[in-house]
Amino acid sequence: MEFDLASVSPEDIRELERNVFIGSLETLKGWVRSNSLWPLTFGLACCAIEMMAAGAPHYDLDRFGVMFRTSPRQADVMIVSGTVTKKMGPLLRRLYDQMPEPKWVIAMGSCATAGGPYVKSYSVIKGVDQIVPVDVYIPGCPPNPAALIYGINKLQEKIRYEARTGKRVTSG
Amino acid sequence: MSEEERKRPGEPEDDVSAASAGEQRTGTLEDGVSAANIGERRSGAPEDGGSAVSAGEKRTEAGAAATGAGTPRPKAAETAADGARTEPAAPARRKETEEEKAARRKAALEAREAAKAAKAAAAAQDAAAQAGSPGAAQAGPQAASPGAASAGPAGAAAETNEPPPKPPSPNQPRLDRAVQLLRELVADDAVESASINEANDHLPTLVVRKERWLQAARLFRSHEELNANYLRNVTGVDYETHMEVVYHLLSLDSGHNYAIKVRTDRDRPSVPSVTTVWETANWNEREIYDLLGIDFPGHPDLRRIMMPDDWEGHPLRKDYVPLDPEV
Repeated sequence: MEFDLASVSPEDIRELERNVFIGSLETLKGWVRSNSLWPLTFGLACCAIEMMAAGAPHYDLDRFGVMFRTSPRQADVMIVSGTVTKKMGPLLRRLYDQMPEPKWVIAMGSCATAGGPYVKSYSVIKGVDQIVPVDVYIPGCPPNPAALIYGINKLQEKIRYEARTGKRVTSG
Repeated sequence: MSEEERKRPGEPEDDVSAASAGEQRTGTLEDGVSAANIGERRSGAPEDGGSAVSAGEKRTEAGAAATGAGTPRPKAAETAADGARTEPAAPARRKETEEEKAARRKAALEAREAAKAAKAAAAAQDAAAQAGSPGAAQAGPQAASPGAASAGPAGAAAETNEPPPKPPSPNQPRLDRAVQLLRELVADDAVESASINEANDHLPTLVVRKERWLQAARLFRSHEELNANYLRNVTGVDYETHMEVVYHLLSLDSGHNYAIKVRTDRDRPSVPSVTTVWETANWNEREIYDLLGIDFPGHPDLRRIMMPDDWEGHPLRKDYVPLDPEV
């Protein structure tokens, strides 16, 4: 089938320019992935309460395409919401390993970030980044749902930026 | 400054709940033993040597000390009230009412304390006069005389919060009866000491010899008078000189509480398991084994419950050193 661009009328050209976007496949993938982040339902402590509140109708994470999955096989984000004990560490790592690529990790709250108030405890891992690579840290004890949404926004930005530029945001 | 904070300095000795809460708070900060342990430990430690007498003595001493400190206190209350009164000039209307409310509540509290002190002083005088029951006989000479001396200023100031001399505990007969039963039906040496834990709602507290504990537990469970059919809680304490396991018993029918302490040495701590008597002791004993390393011979499945199975050491022991301080 032949298609002569010269035969297209100027009105149609303008119409096409308004409706057809051209970009790389990576950008498209970044766009798609960042808008359907499916976190693993993985609550560990009081941060999980805030995470649940963020998922509930008032803050409604669904409107960002964020839908909690109950299986690591279907999830691409792990929101570590709470204190990670040394007993929980291996399980967390295992769940992370079970998630398909590409995958991201959000360390929610000061416990997951650096041990938080339990930094001197004998049984707590001082920061989940010691066992899994973390993309976004959200400070707070616990961070409120708006902070979590902001963190998710940051992760979306990061995914799109990396897809667009081919660069890594962090060197690690 | 919140109401609670302002109220706290005004009622240190008498208000049991506030005092114990304070104790617990400092306790948890100081060392890692759970709050319940600390409460036990703080209130239990001074009484360990003797019976209720020494505790009563201590209290009156503290009370005598408080009389000196008691005089400036009403002034502080007044200044607080003044502050409340001067503030209405400020535009914050809602706050003014709160301040007033606080002042009113404080005044009511002080009045109540004064009334209580007067009543208790009268009761103590009665008790000293009678000197009939064993508890009063013991408490009489030591506790009543300084009490009478301090009752004067208490009446004069009418607002000081010093504790009056204690009348014999309402739970003393139950404690005596429990001790008697244990001595008769278990062994003469079954009870090492017995006291009333006044800070904990006059809880009858017995220290039972380790070798007799299983028998004593069966008695507590099955004897129709004691009938402690519910084991509320089991905790372990590391006193550095020895270890202690504390059992909180409750009779669901009569509502009577008992606390039993069983001591064991620290090097090879071991206390017979009471899982056969109270099934619920299973997990409690596992927890104590996990965190303090106390062995419970007779336990059906004594392994770690909270720490990972391959954990080294028992973290709540005072001499515990973490293998990896940084991770």
